[in-house]
Formats: sequence, structure tokens, C-alpha cells
Amino acid sequence: MVVLDLVLNALATGVMLGSIYALLALGLAITFGILHIPNVAHPALVIAGAYAVVTSNRFGLDPILAGVLWAVPFYLLGILFYEFYSRSFESRGGGNTLQSLTLFFGASLIVEVGLVVAYGTDFRSVNVDYVGSSLRLGMVAIPYRFLIPALMAPVAVFLLWLYLSRTNIGLAIRAVAHDERAVSVSGINPATIKRHAFGIATALAAIAGAALVITGPIDPFAGRIHIGRVFAIVVLAGMGTIPGTLAAGIIIGIAESLVMSFMSPSWAPGVAFAILLATLALKPTGLFGAAR
Amino acid sequence: MKITRRRFTKLGAAASIGLAAPAVWTKGFAQSGKIRVGCSASLTGPLSSTKNMVIGYELWRDDVNKAGGLLGKEVELIVYDDQSSPSNVPAIYSKLVDVDQVDFLFTPYGANLTATIMPFAKQRDRFIVGILTLASNDHLRHDKFFQAAPWGPDGATNWARGFFDIAQRDGVKKMAILAADTEFSKTAAEGGRRVCEETGMEVVDFQMYPPTNRDFSSILRNIRAAEPEAVFVCSYPADSTAIARGIQEIGLGDSVRLFGGGMVGPQYASLLENLGPALNGIVNFHLYVPEPTLKFEGIDGFLARYVPIAKERQVDPLGFYIPPFTYAAGQLISKAVEATGSIDQAEVSQWLHENSVDTVVGQITFDEIGNWTERRVLMVQFQGVDDSGIEQFRQAGKQVVIDPTAYASGDLIPFAEARKA
Amino acid sequence: MTMARFTMLALLVFVAGLFLPKLVSNPYYFYAGYVVLQYVVIATGWNILGGYAGYTNFGASAFFGAGAYTAAFLFKALGVSIFVQILGACAVGMLLGLATGYLTLRIQGVYFAIATVALVIVLETLVHNTEYLGGASGMTHLAPPPPAWFGGTTQYVFCIMLGLAVAAVVLARWLEVSWVGRGFRAIRASEPAAEACGVPTLKLKLLACALSGGVMAAAGAPYPTYTFYLDPVSAFSLLIGLNALAMPLIGGTRTWLGPVIGAVLLASVQQLATVTISSEFNILAVGLVLIAFVVAAPEGLLGIRFRRRAA
Repeated sequence: MVVLDLVLNALATGVMLGSIYALLALGLAITFGILHIPNVAHPALVIAGAYAVVTSNRFGLDPILAGVLWAVPFYLLGILFYEFYSRSFESRGGGNTLQSLTLFFGASLIVEVGLVVAYGTDFRSVNVDYVGSSLRLGMVAIPYRFLIPALMAPVAVFLLWLYLSRTNIGLAIRAVAHDERAVSVSGINPATIKRHAFGIATALAAIAGAALVITGPIDPFAGRIHIGRVFAIVVLAGMGTIPGTLAAGIIIGIAESLVMSFMSPSWAPGVAFAILLATLALKPTGLFGAAR
Repeated sequence: MKITRRRFTKLGAAASIGLAAPAVWTKGFAQSGKIRVGCSASLTGPLSSTKNMVIGYELWRDDVNKAGGLLGKEVELIVYDDQSSPSNVPAIYSKLVDVDQVDFLFTPYGANLTATIMPFAKQRDRFIVGILTLASNDHLRHDKFFQAAPWGPDGATNWARGFFDIAQRDGVKKMAILAADTEFSKTAAEGGRRVCEETGMEVVDFQMYPPTNRDFSSILRNIRAAEPEAVFVCSYPADSTAIARGIQEIGLGDSVRLFGGGMVGPQYASLLENLGPALNGIVNFHLYVPEPTLKFEGIDGFLARYVPIAKERQVDPLGFYIPPFTYAAGQLISKAVEATGSIDQAEVSQWLHENSVDTVVGQITFDEIGNWTERRVLMVQFQGVDDSGIEQFRQAGKQVVIDPTAYASGDLIPFAEARKA
Repeated sequence: MTMARFTMLALLVFVAGLFLPKLVSNPYYFYAGYVVLQYVVIATGWNILGGYAGYTNFGASAFFGAGAYTAAFLFKALGVSIFVQILGACAVGMLLGLATGYLTLRIQGVYFAIATVALVIVLETLVHNTEYLGGASGMTHLAPPPPAWFGGTTQYVFCIMLGLAVAAVVLARWLEVSWVGRGFRAIRASEPAAEACGVPTLKLKLLACALSGGVMAAAGAPYPTYTFYLDPVSAFSLLIGLNALAMPLIGGTRTWLGPVIGAVLLASVQQLATVTISSEFNILAVGLVLIAFVVAAPEGLLGIRFRRRAA
């Protein structure tokens, strides 16, 4: 009985954790998965979003609502950021891996320092009523602190998927990723489309930030521990598959949670990456990606 | 290749200018007739929540200089940022000693960063004050090392002993231990296990988790399944918060009467404010709390001056945990220098070994390897904490000292009962 | 310049370096210089795979950390001298490079970069869970006193690191002018095309992985002796991985000189900033410098020269 109890709870925790990971990775699934821009600054932007949410929460605004509201300025920020990136590189036909990685790393350092200057280095968190209680379903107890941000993930994934597969501009984003020249022949400016997509990805960072800060306190450097994991999720999913991102996040979440419960918690950080290495070696297109 | 060689010459020239430059500053420094004190601090990186320690140094320096300096000389403080990384520390301390020619050193914050310079301090035979470093001098036994924090002798294994003393007094038989996988926590957890063996308490659950872990549901369930009477926890700020939340959400079961011990985090204002009532009942270590049994001379004035500076710099507005001890670290130097009338490293060290010093954190007496002879790590219980925010923690009665009994300011309330209140 | 003359010149630099402890009395320069040289070795090693063959390795710290831990392990278990430690680290680094190469045979570009990040974290987790290596607490590493000539441990490891740097540069330069280097360049330009022309791309890629890994691991070997202490967080630090790719980028990735210039510049600036600016603005400066270089001089400092010449 005790074992069943532990397994069920570990699974539930894993699903929650995995959904939140997927939400963190969602913006990257666009920038990296679809546009092939290795935006290592994404986790830092998520933390910036989280701080923005903390600030609004001081005035009593609900964190999720704040995240959605902040998504608008973050969208504009993303557009500016992309503009800078494209002015620097795209005229040369896109930066190579090394140059892009270095650029975004530099950007991520600047975001971190900006946060340190603006907010100091103490941990910050939000106040919401449901933190500290949990939903009980039989043997399973799920903290609302995880449940609510975790529920944001499928909603965001579904909306994004609808957008990318049912609207013209969404289709254009995917088309740009597929064949830029063909898109420009059909009269769409690929630069505009990409800028828009990058804006959406950055807006998702604000929403992911809201989810992250509900689960626990953050500091300006909190993004660093997520860099590896979010890339792992996007690659594991198969580049650019939006529903796959959610599935990959959950797979990693469950794996970590099971290892934590039944082996030793100190092995958990390696799990995501062991899975990733195995995927890259055996099926480099990812679990849900089409062959390229 | 011609251009390459020319470039090399240029680089060489640039490099030699670079090498010569610090030597020029050094000369300027050496003639200035100041007493120089230096250290590194973690101003950036993962440990940067400790950077409020610098305020303690600065207030000490200002106080000394206002009173006419040391031996008539002005005190100058040099602080460099080690970015929380041990790999930066050796070069910084060499700069302090060899280029800036400081007279006295403080260690960086904590044992990990300090491990990189203890052999250096011993080889160069330098006087150095340890800043919350645990057991840094146990193996080297450097005779010019002095610890500012009250870990006491055998700090590595025994600093959290107070928690087990309380458990023993309370008749606890079954103990669970939960620790983050880092130096500080791990040694404390192992030490705790040994104390349990000595005193006949059974360790019913022993778990380690990685410092990046933020979800404690499964861990807390494992603990609950083991039905302990007391849970000894060694954690870091982010995980401490997650654990405190986890207790609210998952519950601990009815068996637990005593919870806490070595949680880093509920000493900092931001966490106290965030967790509020979720802390009630937790018995945890602290180094200073504003209880009537701990009114040492100068501490109130120190904290009063600390608060506005801290608010301006957006660091911990309470300042109970580290800053009083960095101020006291400075006092160790100023008192020893005044008493001996010398800045000679050996004389100052000898005086500190032979005499007790009154500081803002009480009277300190050192043993032969520079630890406090008395362990004065406080075990405080959070009682009656409400949602009202940070100011309530400035008053007595919210963080009640349970151990050491000599400083006790109230009685232990069983965990479940304290949470109901 | 022929390879033989280049090697002679490099040896001369090393021998001259051996006299530095006698000439420079202030130990601080050896502390700072050690870090700069360490990055010369790392950047040069990184560039073998990253620059010549065009595979971006984001996980330099995996190799650096593996080298440092191999050295510390050999010292703790067998008490061997620092030279044996370096050889051991080098061997482990080469094996690790080979393994990475095999594992990532089919992937390129950003995928490869991410695989190497994964490698860092897997290794760090392994060390965390290995009691003998001190786990998360790290391990103290008290090396025996160095030969009297050097006057101190730091001067000694400085000279050793200088030797490693010279050896790494000679190796890089040899790769550049030999048939191997031409093969690497072919892979960087287009792997399928190179394959079609009969370049043994697989073998060459594995060779690049192994050599690059070996050099970077060797750079890590003296680290525990330098700091007296080794912990997983700083041995597998993100910053090492970042520096390893930023330095060749700043200098230029096409020749051996690029990483050397980049490492000397960036590491010196970082050392200087640590003891002058010394605040969060230090990190800000690094971030701005990186962006400025990527934008203004994407082929590095040497690239500017090449471009001018072409114009």
C-alpha cells in the first residue's frame, strides 16, 4: 500500500513538474524549435517575467493575470530584441551557432545584472491565497502551488497549437521555418513573420515566469539551472512540435520524480540529460519530430 | 607570419605595461600610512544574498575611524567580488596580500570559498578571521585563524547539536534526517546521525536531495511513512521555502513533535516575510535574534544603523544573521591591535588566544585553533507569527530561544500545537 | 615559418618562462597569469573541434572538470606527481572526447552544442554522487611542496601551465598546416561534400573530439593544485564553457593565434575587472563585450584583419 501510495504521488508530482518545465520551454520551442535561433537567454527572460509579476503582485494583482498582462510589453521587448539580432546577423545570412550562442549568452548576463540592480539579490516571491494548501484525491495530494501553474501549460500549449495550425499568420511562421525563400516568393516578408514569432516566444516567457514564481521564490540567477533542461525538452520533443513539448516536459518530470522517490534525489538532475543524450544518440529527430 | 610577429611584439608590450601598472599602485599604497583590511565577498552569483555582510565591515570601519583610527592610523577596507566562485578566490587574496599589502584579512563567506585560501594563509603565516566558515581550520590548525561565528569547538559535526539536545530533553526516540547535498548540510546531517547513535535515538529515515530540488512532496511522504517524532532538516533558502510549503500542503503526520534544525533561509527577511505563519512551530538555528537574553553591548545601535543602509541597498532589512558577526570580526582586529599596540600578526594572534573579547555578539574566547570555546548557535522556535510582514520579527517573542538553555527566552511548544495557534 | 622553427620558438618561450619565478618577485602575477594561461589552453583545445572542424562545444567544463577530478583522484588514490596527473587527465579527456564523438555521430550544429551541455550535467551529477571524490562537499587537495627553484606552488603550476599552453599551441599549429587540418576545414565547409570527396570525415571528427577533449582536460589537471580544493560546482562551471567559446570567437577561430589572443585579452580583462570594478557591473561588462564582439567583429579580431586585407 505504501509503495502504491508513493508511486501514485510520484507520478502526480512528475506530471505537475513536467508541465511547468514544458511551460518554461514553450517559448524556446518557437525560437529554437521553429526558427532555429538558439536563444539561451530565454530562461533569463522567464526570470525577468517572474520579477515583473512579483512587482505587480505587490499591488495585489493575481500572478497569472499579471503574467498575461506583462505578456504584451514582453512581446514588444521580444520584437526589439529580434530586431537587434537580425540587424546583427541576418543580413549576413544568419549567425552561425557559435556567434548566436555567444550573443544570447551575453544578453542573458545583461538581463541578470539588470535584475540585480533593480531588485537586489534577495529571494522574491508572490502572495496568493492557494499557496500552502493542496488538493486531495484519495491517496494523492497535489499542492495548488504546483497544480495551478501546471494547468497553465496545457492551456498555453493548446492555444499556441491552434494559433500555429489554424491561423494564416501561424501557418506563415511554420512556413518561414520550412523554406524562407518560398515564403518570400509568395509575397510575405519573412523578417516580419520571424519578428512576430520571436515576440510571441518572449511573451510566453512572461507567462512562464508567472507560473515559476507561484511554485517558489526566485533570485536573479535562478534561470541558470533551467538552461540545460529547457533545451533538453525542446530537442527531446523534436524540434518545433508544440504538443510534443508538453509530452517531453512531462516525460522528464516523471523520470525525475520517480528517481527522486525510489533512487536518491541527488541523482535527479542528471536524469533529464541522460534521457537527452540517449535520444540524441538513437533518434536525433526527437520523440515526436518528423524525420528531417 | 610577419604581421603575426609584429602583433606579438605589440601584445608583449601591452602585457608588460599591464604587469607594471599594479606595482605603481602598490607604491602609492604602501606610503599612505593606513591600516588596510581586506577580503572578498560574494557580491554576485548564487551566494549574493550574503552581500549584506559588507555593511557590517563598513560600519566597523567607520566607527573605528570616527574614534581616531587604529594606533592613530586610518582604517581602509578593501572588498573584491569573488562572484560566489572558489576559482576566483586564490588570485583575489594574492592581490590583497601581495599587491594591496593589507595588514589583516577576513575570509570569504562560507567554508567552500575559504577552503581555497586556508593553505595560503598558513603558508604566508597571515592573521585571518573566518566569516561563518565551518571547520575550515580543523586539519590545517593554523594558529592565526579566528572564527567570528559561534559554531564552537568541533563545529563541523556539532554546530546543530542544540537541536538534538532539545530532542533528548523532550524524550524523542525516532529521528528523521533530511539534508541538501552540500558541504554545510551534509556534515551537519552526518554529525546528527552520530549524535543519534550516541544518545540512543533511532534514525528512521535519512534522505539527501540535490540543492536545485524544489518539490518536496515525495520526500515529505517518505518521511511521513517513517513516522518520526523529530525531523532534522538541513536545507538552503529556496529549498527551505519549498519544505515549509510542503509541510502545509502534504502534512507531516501526527507523530512529529519537533521539526527544523539546520534550515538556512528562515534567517533572511525575504523568506520570513514570504512564509509568515507557515514558519510557526519550526525550531531552527540562528546566530542572533532580538530576544531579551541576548542584549549585548552595542548590538541595538549597530542594527539601528544597519537598517537604513540595507533598505537603500535592497539587501536584508533585518540583518540579524551575518552582519553582526562581520562587525564583530572587525572588532576582534581593532581590540587586539589596541591592546597590543601593534599590527604584528603574531602579537595580535597571541593576544586573541590569551584574552576574551567583548563584541556586539557577546564575549568571545578562542581555543587553540581559533574556534569559540563555547558553542552559541541558537535554536529558536517560531511562535505566534502572523501575516503582518517583516516588522514583527524585530520584536521579542516571535523567535524564541530554546537552546542553549543559558540564553533560553521561552519554552518549547510541540510542533502540531504551535501550528494551530 | 616551418613547423620545426615554430616549435623551437615555442620551446624558447617556455624556457624563458621558467626564469620568471626568479625575475618577478610578486606572487600575484603568477596567480593571475595562471588563470590567463589556463584559458589559453582551454581556448586552444576548444578551437581544435570548435574552430577547425566547426563543431560548437558548449561543454568545455565537462572536459575541464573531468581533468581536474582525474588529477585529484590520481593524487588521492596513488599520490602520483602532477605530471602523471596531467597525463592521466589527458587520457581521460581523450576517451571522453571519443565517447562524445561516437554518441553524437549523427548530429551537428546546435544539437551537438546541447549534447555537450548534457554531458556537463551528467558528469557533475556523477561526481555529486561519488563519495570518494568528496561529493558536493568537494575535496581538499594538498599537493607536496614544489621544487625549490620555483619558490612557491603558484609559480610552479604557472610554469606547468605555460608548458601546457606551449604544447597546445604547437599541436594546434601542426593540425592547421597538416593534412588533418585541411580535412577539418573540409568538414567545417560541408560535411557531405567532404565525405563525397573521400575525406574520412568520421575518423577526422573523432580525432578532433579526442584531441580537443585531451587538451581541455589537461588544462583542468593542475587546477586542484592551484586552489588546494576542488568542488563540482566550480569545476563544471558554466562560465568555463562560456569563456571557452567566447575567447576563440573574440580572437578568431581560423588560426591558432585567434584563441590565444582571445584568451589573453578576455581572461586579463576578467582578472583586472575582478580586482577593480568588482561588482555586478563586472558581469555586465562581460555581457556587453561579448555582444559587441559578435556584432562588430563576428570573425574575431584576426577576422577584421583578414577582411581589411581582402578589401
